[in-house]
Amino acid sequence: MSVLVYTENWDGKFKKLSFELVSYAKAIADQLNTEAVAVSIGNVEEDELKKLGNYGAKKIFNVQDEKLKNLANQPYAKIIAQVAEKEDANVLVFANNFTGKAVAPRVSVKLKAGLAGGVIELPSSLDPFMVKRKVFTNKAFANIKIKSEKKVLTLFQNSFEIKETENAASIENFTPEFSDADFRTEVKEVNKVTGKILLTDAEIVVSGGRGMKSPEKWEPLEELAEVLGGATACSRPVSDEGWRPHEEHVGQTGKIIAPNLYIALGISGAIQHLGGVSSSKIIVAVNTDKDAPIFEAADYGIVGDVHKILPQFIEAVKEVKAEG
Amino acid sequence: MKILVCISNVPDTTTKIKFKEDNKVFDTTGVQWIINPWDELALTRALELKEGSGGKIEKVSVALVGDKSSEPTIRKALAIGADDAFRVDTDPGDSFYVATQLKEIAKDYDIVLCGIESSDYTSSAVGGMLSEMLEWPSVSSVSRLNIEGDDVSIRREIDGGQEIVSSQMPFVGIVQKGIALEPRIPAMRGIMMARKKPLNVLEPIEAETLTEYENFEMPPPKAAVKLVDEENVKELVELLKNEAKAI
Ligand SMILES: Cc1cc2nc3c(=O)[nH]c(=O)nc-3n(C[C@H](O)[C@H](O)[C@H](O)COP(=O)(O)OP(=O)(O)OC[C@H]3O[C@@H](n4cnc5c(N)ncnc54)[C@H](O)[C@@H]3O)c2cc1C
Ligand SMILES: Nc1ncnc2c1ncn2[C@@H]1O[C@H](COP(=O)(O)O)[C@@H](O)[C@H]1O
Repeated sequence: MSVLVYTENWDGKFKKLSFELVSYAKAIADQLNTEAVAVSIGNVEEDELKKLGNYGAKKIFNVQDEKLKNLANQPYAKIIAQVAEKEDANVLVFANNFTGKAVAPRVSVKLKAGLAGGVIELPSSLDPFMVKRKVFTNKAFANIKIKSEKKVLTLFQNSFEIKETENAASIENFTPEFSDADFRTEVKEVNKVTGKILLTDAEIVVSGGRGMKSPEKWEPLEELAEVLGGATACSRPVSDEGWRPHEEHVGQTGKIIAPNLYIALGISGAIQHLGGVSSSKIIVAVNTDKDAPIFEAADYGIVGDVHKILPQFIEAVKEVKAEG
Repeated sequence: MKILVCISNVPDTTTKIKFKEDNKVFDTTGVQWIINPWDELALTRALELKEGSGGKIEKVSVALVGDKSSEPTIRKALAIGADDAFRVDTDPGDSFYVATQLKEIAKDYDIVLCGIESSDYTSSAVGGMLSEMLEWPSVSSVSRLNIEGDDVSIRREIDGGQEIVSSQMPFVGIVQKGIALEPRIPAMRGIMMARKKPLNVLEPIEAETLTEYENFEMPPPKAAVKLVDEENVKELVELLKNEAKAI
């Protein structure tokens, strides 16, 4: 028996997200009195792989193959299922992100394992296996029972505390078995934003809505994000209007984020917007309308004109940071 | 060439979610049902592709697993422009069960489109499961889809960027925002024609469910917002630092 976690890398490095997943897998392994094993696909150096051990992975399966440089759902699922069988994994853990959503359902069919997507806690019971997950675009939770012998979970981002442990991990190279039929998609081109904090990784997100009035007025918002070390986001109409790039759109139909701090500037707080940001730990709203629904979701707020408030906000952050 | 769009019937995105019977059952009183937003965009794109294909794409069908109460949603898809529809007459059970039902219909198509998630139970699972059951390739988080001859060109979203991917046919595309700009609205003529289009009702095949909902919970109510005076922004920043420990 074991708990298997798929740890994604980005250009050879793991992010906080992978460590969160390993910490979660390790905690389930403890509940089950067994061990957590990780599988990594792609070119990751040994030193980097070893880091997974610091969060409790006992064994790390390293799969390197030029053909697997970019995500391909079919072969990735095959590899993970092969490792799961080899290690007799009962529970498999993925991130609830683009990659996890692409691969986990395929693995679940291979292993005939029930899937719970977007889980936010450790299982509340092991027999029957019960776990809490988000439903109705994050408006509610469900306690779901997985009836099959094997289980696949995708963990909602920022929902489990990262824990370092004393642990010696072994690294094992794993050579999967493939056929040509597994490679029927091909990545032709990769366009990645570099040198910017990614929205889905950011601890702090500063977001603007239609209340920002026009695209030229975004500079102070970007400056606030910069002094806070955060990323920028926007509401849907803002990206639809082309004021901001589509990558910044958050909400039910955009990106779903869960930073520590979400600052909503000139955003009304429509239910579809909140669907993508309500899991943020702290929400701050600035809006001229004291009755805007965003204030119901917010922890802190200022009723006022964002254009007047932003310069003061930036100054205050600089001062408070300087005070240490 | 034929395209199948899998559509799920979900509560309107503004629905206030409520539960009944000891929080065991979703309360559907007063709920407006719609085509899952991503599925509606997928259907729109499928129709655009068909219209631009010069007859190469013969047909766009929709499939839904659900009881009779979901028929207005299927009729809407027909009114938007789907050529025919399938409804597997059963309760959706779980994603594994739904994918098993859809597989029977999907196997006769060249391209199958699903949404990245249903806005009700939000599993993000059916499309991926279906592709594995069919043993077809899948591409997920698709934000653009072009077909030229037999070449399929897909743009998919990844963390921090995008990739251009090509796929052999048949394949399953799991789509998200961007696939079409705006969902198509049914025109009067479409609504009239929808009544005459074939809506095939199929009996479910024997299949298991692997998961079951025990009960539901609403998030605990949020404490009231703490308002800070607009003349005193620094107080807000201090609260964020010392009280919320967020900066
Ligand atoms: C199926 C569906 C899916 C959707 N998905 C999303 C989604 O993913 N994300 C999303 O964001 N939306 C989504 N929407 C749209 C959503 O319903 C709202 O229309 C949208 O979120 C509103 O954006 P907004 O708050 O920027 O604009 P508005 O609603 O126009 O709000 C602007 C706010 O700014 C305030 N304001 C104006 N001037 C100032 C000023 N000077 N200073 C401070 N405040 C000011 C106003 O009081 C107002 O509250 C979706 C809608 C549908 C139907
Ligand atoms: N009952 C259903 N009938 C047909 N298609 C469905 C059904 N449920 C889900 N789907 C498809 O699967 C996608 C993802 O749904 P889910 O896995 O439930 O989040 C949806 O966008 C639909 O394309």
